[in-house]
Amino acid sequence: MERVPILKIGGVLLVSIQIDLQDQSVLALQEDLAEKISTTGAHGVVIDISAVEIVDSFIGRMFATIASISQLFDADTVVVGMRPAVAITLVELGLTLGGVRTALDLERGMKILRVLGEQRRGPSSDEDADPLRALL
Amino acid sequence: MVAEAGHAHRLTELLRENVDRLIEEWVTSAAVVLRGRSVRAELESEFREFLATLLPVADGDGRNLSGAEYAEIKALLEEFSRSRARQGFTPSETASSVFALKRIVFELTEQEEDPELFRELMRFSTLLDALGLWTFETYARAREEIIQEQSEQLLELTTPVVKLWEGVLAVPLVGTLDSARTQVVMEKLLEALVETGSEHAIIDITGVLAVDTQVAQHLLKTVVAARLMGAECTISGIRPQIAQTIVALGIEFGDITTKSSLADALRHALRREGIDVVRRAERRTV
Amino acid sequence: MPITEDGDVVRVRQLARNYAQQVALSLVDQTKLVTATSELARNTLIYGGGGVAHIEIVADGRRRGVRASFRDEGPGIPDVSLALADGWSSGKGLGLGLSGARRLVDEFDLDTEVGRGTSVTVVKWKR
Repeated sequence: MERVPILKIGGVLLVSIQIDLQDQSVLALQEDLAEKISTTGAHGVVIDISAVEIVDSFIGRMFATIASISQLFDADTVVVGMRPAVAITLVELGLTLGGVRTALDLERGMKILRVLGEQRRGPSSDEDADPLRALL
Repeated sequence: MVAEAGHAHRLTELLRENVDRLIEEWVTSAAVVLRGRSVRAELESEFREFLATLLPVADGDGRNLSGAEYAEIKALLEEFSRSRARQGFTPSETASSVFALKRIVFELTEQEEDPELFRELMRFSTLLDALGLWTFETYARAREEIIQEQSEQLLELTTPVVKLWEGVLAVPLVGTLDSARTQVVMEKLLEALVETGSEHAIIDITGVLAVDTQVAQHLLKTVVAARLMGAECTISGIRPQIAQTIVALGIEFGDITTKSSLADALRHALRREGIDVVRRAERRTV
Repeated sequence: MPITEDGDVVRVRQLARNYAQQVALSLVDQTKLVTATSELARNTLIYGGGGVAHIEIVADGRRRGVRASFRDEGPGIPDVSLALADGWSSGKGLGLGLSGARRLVDEFDLDTEVGRGTSVTVVKWKR
């Protein structure tokens, strides 16, 4: 079974999925992430799925699970780079990923996490950005 | 029903001996029908190839083309009708090229009085008939493919995705929306969001006359799919009649943003991008 | 090909993708077919206790498509209409496996008998 690597960039954990996920890898990733969030105290998780060609209900459920887990550690989760064909299929499948945040690409995902992080901890130095507006 | 083994097939012999003359006359006769729309040299090389493929199977019975020995000649004819269909020849013009060979072979054997040759000729004629019909059939199939392709191209042409602003894309839909077209729009729009890195999309249906349940569902799915990708999609220009249909059909638009005009939708998207459109302070004219 | 372990689900997906590309399904249709086979292969593994998958290219006149069938000799499905309803699930999942897979394909055929096993066949045609 292949394991998905988790990278730490500042206060954010980056998960870039580059393999054809089997169910065991999905479960392992969930465990690894929970472990990593608690040890690093990260405030955000970005899951980059721009290389992922299919998301079925099992993988889709993983996003929601990871979001719930990270919430327990006061961290936010953003899924970035979903391909159009994957999005259309997910909708047809009946999966809307509920409360999982999404962004077009990694850069925008990181931005969302920064804004959300500031919101939680109170605005830091650059107070000109209206977090609510940027978020919406 | 092949001629007795060992006994040379007379007709095939005869055809083989006269290949050049046959080709010459065949091309002349076919060119008349095609009225100069085909180059002689091209016809000649096509017919030569055809004859070369036909001769080895010419002594067959010809009533049934499904045998493996006919696969090659069938493939050749299929290619021939396909290219004719693309060039805009009619099916009769296409098949007549095959039938033309028949008359020329008859003329070639006119002088002969061998009854065996006559029987062979009848069989050969049956074979050519079958091949002619095969040409018709493949021609029809090729036409269908062309029509299919064209309707797909038309679909692409009638659904342009345009950029209204940095980060704001729109598809103005016009005419009748069917399920297939809506699906194409949906895919094109979502692809364009990724390609241009745009976070806002507007589907404007001002020019759409009617919406059925399926189409409305596709529109909704587009909005949800865009959301999954991290973009926002607004539907604008819903006409009063369509609004009524949507309500009557009981379609739930839920939390999807709708605006009455494309302008409103654009303003909404710009606001989300953090851009406000304000009128410049009026300048005094002299 | 047999479905007896987790990795087989991934292999079935790859096989389905391969055939979908051979008949030149559109990218979206490829994704739908592969996703459906993934759901069904997982069902075969988890609920059917393993089984076999068979994927092939089919033709119907001018149309070409991909057919995928899954067969197991597991417990079978006692209430088919319930199993096909959204949100119903007997195992771990969102309960979208069967019903979701059905929405992703053009033809869906379910044959099941309690105690005997289940077989599901789906077809996706080129548009």
